Amino acid sequence: MPFRPRRSVLPGFGLSLGFTLAYLGLVILLPLAAVFVKTSGMSWPDFWAAVSSPRVIASYQLTFGASFLAALFNVPCGVMLAWVLVRYEFPGRKLVDALVDLPFALPTAVAGIAFTAIYAKNGWFGQWLEPQGIKVAYTALGVWLVLTFIGLPFVVRTVQPILEELEPELEEAAATLGATRGQTFRRVILPALRPAIITGFALAFARAIGEYGSVVFIAGNRPMHTEITPLLIITKLEQYDYKGATALASVLLVGSFGLLFFIQLSQRRARRAHA
Amino acid sequence: MAGTVSTLAHVARHRQRRSLGDPRWVRVALIGAALLFVALFLVVPLAAVFVEALRKGLGPYFAAFADKDAQAAIRLTFLAAGVAVPLNLVFGVAAAWAVAKFEFRGKALLVSLIELPFAVSPVISGLVYVLLFGAQGWFGPYLGAGDHPWLGAWLNARDIQILFAVPGIVLATVFVTFPFVARELIPLMQAQGKEEELAALTLGASGWQTFWRVTVPNIKWGLFYGVVLCNARAMGEFGAVSVVSGHIRGQTNTIPLHVEILYNEYNIQAAFAVASLLTLLALVTLVLKNIVEWRHRRAIEAAAAADLRQYAQ
Repeated sequence: MPFRPRRSVLPGFGLSLGFTLAYLGLVILLPLAAVFVKTSGMSWPDFWAAVSSPRVIASYQLTFGASFLAALFNVPCGVMLAWVLVRYEFPGRKLVDALVDLPFALPTAVAGIAFTAIYAKNGWFGQWLEPQGIKVAYTALGVWLVLTFIGLPFVVRTVQPILEELEPELEEAAATLGATRGQTFRRVILPALRPAIITGFALAFARAIGEYGSVVFIAGNRPMHTEITPLLIITKLEQYDYKGATALASVLLVGSFGLLFFIQLSQRRARRAHA
Repeated sequence: MAGTVSTLAHVARHRQRRSLGDPRWVRVALIGAALLFVALFLVVPLAAVFVEALRKGLGPYFAAFADKDAQAAIRLTFLAAGVAVPLNLVFGVAAAWAVAKFEFRGKALLVSLIELPFAVSPVISGLVYVLLFGAQGWFGPYLGAGDHPWLGAWLNARDIQILFAVPGIVLATVFVTFPFVARELIPLMQAQGKEEELAALTLGASGWQTFWRVTVPNIKWGLFYGVVLCNARAMGEFGAVSVVSGHIRGQTNTIPLHVEILYNEYNIQAAFAVASLLTLLALVTLVLKNIVEWRHRRAIEAAAAADLRQYAQ
């Protein structure tokens, strides 16, 4: 796009941009800056002690580990779901397509109590799983389960439009050249989907790291075992340990901003490769 | 960052569907596996909410809403959404106008910053307001003098309580629902360009006339779509509101917080009854979302057909 001069015939540039910047600064940037200002006020040993105690480390392991595994599980399931929705006709397809957005629309607390009710000892699934020795509610497995639910739409919704736009000629050419369906999928389709899959994975991962509402109900919240980092932030706030809470918050923020940066970088690279 | 997900701009693309000769058994197996995944993760939890809510029959179900604290929670949720949605609506329109109609330096950064709240944990969205206003609320004495004394003192002098009161809940709701309208409008208005507005101005319309008569009719479905998503999040937000609420029954509890209280008191049936209200809201949101997407696709197909007819003549 050629560079256009800043002056334009359309009115309202100053008003709209001024309001946008003022509102953004007041509502988002100023409050977020408070986290980093507060953290920078801590001495290095204090900060290090706050973000590296054994209980905190255990919460990172659960939060980042379960989030990673949930996003990972959503990759094959999300690609499969997107594939089925784009390529096949079957009764109820539109309904399934609409339902995929449920985790975006359903309040997290509702998801939390629903999953807990299903997988508790006397729940629909829990009563069958617990005698087999599989405990889901109040374990890390339960945390992974709700984080999978929370991240479900991301891979589907990033892969779906790419799959819709994929040129069928490519697949036909591969088939003409003697490739099997499996080879075509691995060598032709999957490489085209890769940027979308990575973006969807990273979005699901970032969303899961910060998730609170659904997890607190099913996790059981035992320190060192099933306590996620966002809950630990709240626990510290309730103990008036504002500095400890803020230090943990800055660790989470750096983690999710890092992912956000990675997503933008990979999208930009994909766009450049496209052009 | 969730900007890549479910924007109307995606719907605008032409859908192409071909089952390129996958063997029948592959098709059946994949559809079966996909349906099983959807059933386990989406349908069963949805069903569980209503089954648990109606476990004791309709009487106790409606009794959960007759409760005074439940009604206070419903009122507070409507109040918070009633403030947050219009504020973020105005912001979304202003931001989209600036980003879509003008060129300026730092535009990409601005768009990234608008989506920033999606990358912030709900707990941190609440925490930031504790850090800002904590000098004044209940916990004020526990805070050092360095914690924004000017703001706290100013509010204290006017006897305004932010934290653990309604204003804090409203602020936290504004924070978490901040990007929704802007995120829908920016790609939509960028795709529409500014030719129609320029034409209106050339014909002598004023800036505001152009905005109300040309721009607003063009973006009304995108606007509606953003408002629907924004409202769903505003009414369902749990983590951020939980941090700033103080959990005073009948005063600072929203619907999701009321669900939590009932659940923790082992009043499971009532918790699910109130939760079913939020679930219905989610289902209505999904229905509206699909109606908007359907209308939008129809409008684009109609425009494409009109173009074709023009070329044919």
